[in-house]
Amino acid sequence: MAFVFMIPGPLRELAGNRGEIRVSGDADSISDALSHLWERCPAVRDRVITELGEVRPHINIFVDGESIRDVGGLRAPVRDGAEIFILPAVSGG
Amino acid sequence: MLSAHMPPVRHIKPRGGDILLLVGTMKGAFILRANERRKKWEVGGPYFPGNAVYAMNYDGRSGRHRIWAGPQSMHWGAVLRSTDDFGRNWTNPEQANVKFPEGTGAALQRIWQIAPGRDTEPNVLYCGVEPAALFVSNDSGKSWRLAEGLWNHPQRAHWQPGGGGLCLHTILPDPEKPKKMRIAVSAAGMYVTDDGGASWRPSNKGVRAEFLPDKYPEFGQCVHKVVQSKERPERMFLQNHWGLYRSDDRGESWTDVAHGVPSDFGFAMVMHPEDPDRVWIVPLESDQFRCAPEGKLRVYRTRNAGKRWEPLAKGLPQKGAYETVLRDAMAIDVLDPAGVYFGTRSGKLFGSPNEGKSWSTVVDSLPPIVSVKAARISRKNK
Repeated sequence: MAFVFMIPGPLRELAGNRGEIRVSGDADSISDALSHLWERCPAVRDRVITELGEVRPHINIFVDGESIRDVGGLRAPVRDGAEIFILPAVSGG
Repeated sequence: MLSAHMPPVRHIKPRGGDILLLVGTMKGAFILRANERRKKWEVGGPYFPGNAVYAMNYDGRSGRHRIWAGPQSMHWGAVLRSTDDFGRNWTNPEQANVKFPEGTGAALQRIWQIAPGRDTEPNVLYCGVEPAALFVSNDSGKSWRLAEGLWNHPQRAHWQPGGGGLCLHTILPDPEKPKKMRIAVSAAGMYVTDDGGASWRPSNKGVRAEFLPDKYPEFGQCVHKVVQSKERPERMFLQNHWGLYRSDDRGESWTDVAHGVPSDFGFAMVMHPEDPDRVWIVPLESDQFRCAPEGKLRVYRTRNAGKRWEPLAKGLPQKGAYETVLRDAMAIDVLDPAGVYFGTRSGKLFGSPNEGKSWSTVVDSLPPIVSVKAARISRKNK
């Protein structure tokens, strides 16, 4: 399986200055797909996920245009070729 | 795209002997410098624009010129970052350096305090956070561990968050006793360890908890700030959520010394670097109206260990000045006479080069100020 992650501007410094990262590997869920991203870009993980393994409250993850909060959270299924956006919510600094 | 819309950043050019002010705001951090006259200030920043910076500190031990900050992004969380060149370059750790271990069931909300250890332990740093916990580094901040003795304290489950959250905001390593240290939590009160952090006991004797049925409980007080003399460590002062106290026995017991202040509610407090009889506070009207009493912004100082407090208002606004000064938004430098500085929630930074005799505006339009620290750059390590 392969996935494309879209990295937001503030995190690109921690992702090799890339805005788009392709990863591959087996994944039953968005959590599995994210694990592959963490392997490629370990520094991004702690900015997106808390110590409790939850997505930070002001971060949204969209899989093929759907917020994962609406489709089962990190356990939501993910398809081969999915496009996954990590985006800061409208709240902020 | 997202990171392109950031403000230009200015950097200061400090020299040996300069005084630094580290100013944390709700929208980023600023670094100011002035020479020993402390008349003209150069302003650097904003650093971490958009991040709330509740904690900053300077570590000048072992020839370092390291500034620490704990920026908190609403989106990306909080990390400890440092600079060795006064803000031009900051560390950006790959993994969050202050984080709760698995199994604690906790996630870091905010970094509230960064405190260098004693001069005799130049690689030790402490960090106080929300939810209330103490982290310790023994390698100059490269790695951090949770102080489990405090975290596992059986009373912790009963601690209640104050208005700012359940935060550990004050860290006082005893200047003489290497295994003794005090911390303060809102709202849990003070705790002290006598064995290097393995065990902790509450230490709030005589401190009032106005908001509880039992006004003098063993713990649960909302202590806002505590200061301790390095010269005479048995002398301490405490600004409480209602109450102004002095201790002459290293914090084992406390005596009310709110003599002649317009209110004994407030947050900020600093002690003279050498004279343990001299302390500065900024009283606020009440817990229901946390602004300068009568709209007059006044610092109060005691020069006789709390027997009497005198207002210091020359140069400060005295009409319609409904300003708020928070617990970490006041600092004092090490010069003689000492410089005293404080920032307000309306973004005004005031300073006095003469211990409060007269004040002037250092900067008048920063974002809301939540922390101010002062430090002097040593001359020989320019």
